[in-house]
Amino acid sequence: MLNRLSTYLYQRPKLVLGLLLGPPLIYFLVVYIGSLLALLVNSFFRLEEFTGLVVREFTLEQYAKLFTSTNLGIFGRTAGMAIAVTIADGIIAFPLAYYIARFASPRMKTYLYIAVTIPLWSSYLVRVYAWKLILAKEGIVSWFFNLFGLQFVLDGILSIPGIGGSSLSLSPIGMFITFCYIWLPYMIVPIQTALERVPKSLLEASSDLGANAAQTFRNVILPLSFPGVVAGSIFTFSLTLGDFIIPQVLGNSRFFIGQAVYSYQGTAGNIPLAAAFTMGPIVIMIAYLLIARKMGAFDAL
Amino acid sequence: MPSKNYGEKASLGLTLGAIGGLLFLHVPIAIIFLYSFTTDEATYSFPLPGVTTKWFGVALQRADLWAALTLSLRVAVVATIAALILGTLAAAAVYRSNFFGREAISFLLVLPIALPGIVTGIALRSAIGTMNIPFSYWTIIIGHATFCIVVVYNNVLARFRRMQGSQIEASMDLGANSFQTFRYVILPNMATALLAGGMLAFALSFDEVIVTTFTAGQQSTLPIWIFSQLVRPRDRPVTNVVASIVILITFLPIFLAQRISAQSSETEGGAK
Repeated sequence: MLNRLSTYLYQRPKLVLGLLLGPPLIYFLVVYIGSLLALLVNSFFRLEEFTGLVVREFTLEQYAKLFTSTNLGIFGRTAGMAIAVTIADGIIAFPLAYYIARFASPRMKTYLYIAVTIPLWSSYLVRVYAWKLILAKEGIVSWFFNLFGLQFVLDGILSIPGIGGSSLSLSPIGMFITFCYIWLPYMIVPIQTALERVPKSLLEASSDLGANAAQTFRNVILPLSFPGVVAGSIFTFSLTLGDFIIPQVLGNSRFFIGQAVYSYQGTAGNIPLAAAFTMGPIVIMIAYLLIARKMGAFDAL
Repeated sequence: MPSKNYGEKASLGLTLGAIGGLLFLHVPIAIIFLYSFTTDEATYSFPLPGVTTKWFGVALQRADLWAALTLSLRVAVVATIAALILGTLAAAAVYRSNFFGREAISFLLVLPIALPGIVTGIALRSAIGTMNIPFSYWTIIIGHATFCIVVVYNNVLARFRRMQGSQIEASMDLGANSFQTFRYVILPNMATALLAGGMLAFALSFDEVIVTTFTAGQQSTLPIWIFSQLVRPRDRPVTNVVASIVILITFLPIFLAQRISAQSSETEGGAK
């Protein structure tokens, strides 16, 4: 019986393919793509102001609302934060990734790899919470500055308009530090992968031809590993763009995209406006992914 | 192999940079554990005013915490099983056949984690709303399975690519039918990849918060409980304890999964 079924299936590879691919594909098309389409459709609806119900007729009202100065400010602020976090993470990640790829012994490499990926998978919320503790007014960072009598430096940083606030745990600079911390592993892993692929012979050739370490780094290592940096930046950029937890927990009253979406759909119940708002990050990310693919970042993933 | 570096040593600056990066990644997690022993109930003061273990006992007594933990575990288990089945099927299809749109499958599956979480969340939310489906345990699971599939898929597909096709051919030549080959050759080869993918999917689901806030309705998973405490801290000492417990619960599956994938790439790199 099983043998006959086995032979039957063996002769019909297309049927087997259908059986294998069918369930996951149907699930994805129905649940995920279906939802994305529902989102798109909703962004063309509007909310009846008095009843608070969604009116299902075509309008571009929501998209027009995106171009008010408040909302453009939200997009600008979020994109600015995403860019700053991406650059900072690239700088912090490179030495560690380079050390793991080039200098660690195979055994050490395994442990370092695990040391980098454990934070990547462990609880995002708890790690955000850790920074709430560290950056609190009465917390470790303040204590540290006080210890060396540097309280005035901290106060100076916090009084800078635009990035400061009443305490580190309620300021854009605190958010920036937390974002950098949370997404750092996403930057290290692809850079390390890209660095592993840089052929040793090229480095030897470079130094044989008289380049010093800095020149080799700038002209050989950096260009060859750059796709890894771009691959990592997809995550740091996209994740910062869509996050509403960190701005909610550590930010001030100036909204980020994620918070705006969250509050429009939640308290206001305005799904159409929330949906139109989400199209911003979707368009930005799709453009980013296309550029990244051009730069060869997908091979480094 | 990149590990041979002709007797070269890392420069001091590089070593310090690497150590700094590692400390930056791990010290905050250590601080969480430290704070779960504080006697301070109202602030996050440092140095700790005193040390106590009583908050662990208090946390264990909390019914709302147990309910949230149970819900999180039930969601994570079912989402992981769904992801294991669907992810493995997709990986098998992509590995064994060359079909139109094959490249698009990987792209499609990775979308829920490549696009910001809020996109997946609000998309599911608007679909659930449009179809008037009530929020429930199952809407949470559907959301979680969506982004867990890709984790299993990646792990299993990588293993398929590493597996030697000759083993399958040998099994068939020796008279095994497809099912026997699957049972005795493919499955044992896949076992650790399934384990690693499953554990990562579990960890991912267990502490997911962004998508969950959009698909949960009134129910509270453990991450949602923590999130509400983050926004409006009411039980600081209990939250500190819960944070430590969450790290401990997820540490083991994550560590084992990473160990498995690190080991299998080592054996691949070795002489085979």
